[in-house]
Amino acid sequence: MAGAIARWFNERAPGLAPMYRKHMTEYYAPKNFNVMYYFGSLAMLVLVNQILTGIFLAMFYKPSALEVFPGTSEAFASVYYIMRDVDWGWLIRYMHTTGASMFFVVVYLHMFRGLMYGSYKKPRELVWILGMLIFLVLMAEAFMGYVLPWGNMSFWGAKVIISLFGAIPVVGETLVHWIMGDFSPADATLNRFFSLHVVALPIVLLLLVVLHLAALHEVGSNNPDGVEIKKKKNEKGIPLDGIPFHPYYTVKDLFGVGMFLLICAFIIFFAPSMGGWFLEHDNYIPANHLVTPAAIKPVWYFTPFYAILRMIPFKLPGVLTMFGAIVLLFLTPWIDRGQVKSIRYRGTGYKVALTLFALSFISLGLVGAEVTAEAIPMIFGANADITSIENLFGRFWVLVYFGFFVFLWVYTYFGLEKTKPVPERVTTHD
Amino acid sequence: MANEVVDHGRRRFLTATTAVVGGAGVVAAAVPFIKSWEPSARAKAAGAPVVADISKVESGQMVRYGWRSVPVFVVNRTKEQVATLTTKDVESRLKDPNCDVTSQQPAYAKNPHRSIKPEWLVMIGICTHLGCVPDYKPKVGPEPFDPDWKSGFYCPCHKSRYDIAGRVYDGVPAPLNMVIPPYHFMDDTHIQIGVNPKGAS
Amino acid sequence: MTKRVFFSIALTLSLLVGAVSAQAAEGGAELMSAHVNLKDKASLQRGARLYFNYCSGCHSLHFMRYSRMAKDLGLTEKEVMNNLNFTGAKFRGHAIAAMHEADAAKWFGKAPPDLSLKVAEKGSDYVYSYLNSFYLDPERPVGWNNVVFPNASMPNPLWELQGLQVAEKGKAEDGSEVVEHLKLEQPGRMSPEQFHEATRDLTAFLTYVSEPAALKRESMGIWVLLYLAAFTFLAYLLKHEYWKDVH
Repeated sequence: MAGAIARWFNERAPGLAPMYRKHMTEYYAPKNFNVMYYFGSLAMLVLVNQILTGIFLAMFYKPSALEVFPGTSEAFASVYYIMRDVDWGWLIRYMHTTGASMFFVVVYLHMFRGLMYGSYKKPRELVWILGMLIFLVLMAEAFMGYVLPWGNMSFWGAKVIISLFGAIPVVGETLVHWIMGDFSPADATLNRFFSLHVVALPIVLLLLVVLHLAALHEVGSNNPDGVEIKKKKNEKGIPLDGIPFHPYYTVKDLFGVGMFLLICAFIIFFAPSMGGWFLEHDNYIPANHLVTPAAIKPVWYFTPFYAILRMIPFKLPGVLTMFGAIVLLFLTPWIDRGQVKSIRYRGTGYKVALTLFALSFISLGLVGAEVTAEAIPMIFGANADITSIENLFGRFWVLVYFGFFVFLWVYTYFGLEKTKPVPERVTTHD
Repeated sequence: MANEVVDHGRRRFLTATTAVVGGAGVVAAAVPFIKSWEPSARAKAAGAPVVADISKVESGQMVRYGWRSVPVFVVNRTKEQVATLTTKDVESRLKDPNCDVTSQQPAYAKNPHRSIKPEWLVMIGICTHLGCVPDYKPKVGPEPFDPDWKSGFYCPCHKSRYDIAGRVYDGVPAPLNMVIPPYHFMDDTHIQIGVNPKGAS
Repeated sequence: MTKRVFFSIALTLSLLVGAVSAQAAEGGAELMSAHVNLKDKASLQRGARLYFNYCSGCHSLHFMRYSRMAKDLGLTEKEVMNNLNFTGAKFRGHAIAAMHEADAAKWFGKAPPDLSLKVAEKGSDYVYSYLNSFYLDPERPVGWNNVVFPNASMPNPLWELQGLQVAEKGKAEDGSEVVEHLKLEQPGRMSPEQFHEATRDLTAFLTYVSEPAALKRESMGIWVLLYLAAFTFLAYLLKHEYWKDVH
């Protein structure tokens, strides 16, 4: 039966089976993947989850900022219509909100993996660039999705983020009004963000994901040893350290999916707002253009970049620095001139620098999430000067963040790095 | 690669078990999504029983009520209209004069006047052909669409005709009598649409 | 420079530790612990009764239907319609305040907020503390003030039950006047312990209202986690079996 079906397809679309083989049963992945290599397939899983749950949410959500009763928009009311009146709507929405945050957890770990094992280096620059584009689109997608419930954080988040474009000389203000379609975030803004969030950006995202994978499968996966497995092949042309993606990595990823879903399910069913980190308290208040929330801060996944913006005391330079933080990630393959890929065989300087870079990202995240501002009085006493301590702390880590890239270039361009010999073959696997 | 003998039986068993357990999980996960399409609490609230005050409906007059987003006709039929229902002339022209299709009315309305009280017709005013709302044509006498009209309902969409109890004429596109919803008399002047009389189901 | 690096790393680590505790201690006044129990249906029912007797005149629950509440709290339609619904609203309708919003804005300076999502926004401890922290303050237009939400424009709706509290004020470090302690000047119909229980019930009810799905969520979650644990275990066995090939 299965054979007959396969034959039927093979006669009509002879290209399908070779394509399946190329990407699954005859895609040879290094056998030494470690735990950091789960996050690519998990990102795919979350993307599917976001699309499925998003399709269903769009069936009940109404992108309208018009009032249904005093102080409350139709959009806000429709979110709580989903949470209360639609059968199982609460589950579908929590799957979507938890998925949004977990998407960034997975993507940040996936990107960090790239930095650890030099996955951005030749010949994988294109894979890295496409991945960075996915990250950019994902940020836009997440931001617009966050605006849709039209709570007070949605509204003020939209206002602040869109106002960033106002920093651009000459056309800034015109551009801001063009994006909003009004003079403040309003019904028009909500409507266009809805359209972009559910139609335009997902299409772009899917296309980029296909390209990211296609580019990866052209050059093959990197691994924790940073060894090019294609250099050592057997007589059939199969890499000696390679194993077919299917079944070996499909079953392994299935286990990873199980572990990941356990974490997600725990959040969805027992802590869907994650103490205000995934669903912010101030977003339970309907949008109010007269009252700014006590602390305007983005959701946790934007806080590192938001902190960079806040730590720079000038508007346009602040915006440029923030975007610079992302541009530098794009350029990493050319900033890093080192020949050794994996952190296992790189110089001590790189290990220290990458650790500090990760710390700077987390620290800036804490600054951006207002955790620093809240913790300072507890550590330094009630009379501590919150602003100057926070600025000192935050600016130090901004320097570390950018210092990482400067260091990386100097370190590798001038040959200061003392690397260890890279083995011919991969060393370990679990 | 394989130096040892592969235990194909165990491998097949584990693959099948994981596939079945995983598949069951996917099916279970689909249930909330499918259920989310059912009428929501809002739709159910809007579809709650409706009370019709009939004290001001004159003999021969029809009023409409919205119930579950469909029009419900409430007609105070005249003696002349009621009398037509049991005439041979009308009965012989109907598809289902005895209301044998049980889905079209509750048991307590399975009678020639299709109602609890002969003069009061309570009926969902939707043509059983393609869902249009038929016109109320109360006159007993010639109409442009029927020279021998005995009063009833006429659907302007595809010319289906019904008698004054909503029973469909033979030879028109509509297949069935119009639907009688559950209803009961709360008192002499109030009808509750959507709830059966006590003791009936 | 080294000193600065060290300082910053130390600060980061202490901040990471402090992050969790900082989340809890928001706002000015120290909050009391509500310890609400959503599984206690009787507590929720008592809370509902308090809510509809003392709060629903001014506050709305635009996202809460009487019918849903009846089902979740184990009440019959008759009980809800006779004992809780005082506005003549339909059973399947929302619990909207009797007072018109425009009138409210005129009387209190601003319309009383909708309470459907209050606990989700502020937390149950805040609401519980707020309900216990009213005191008489002749300087305020309505004659009441609140320690948790200073200069709130709301009078204490439960004063008959709690009695009248007055503030004993002290001086803060910077010389400004602060409320140090609330004293029960005139007892109400309830003892302080009874009043704590009553406000706990009311807070529990509002906690339920801010997320009705929470009742179902956690009991379902256990089964989902058990299923996923079983699936993950199977997937582990499968992976282990296939990876015997890989050396």
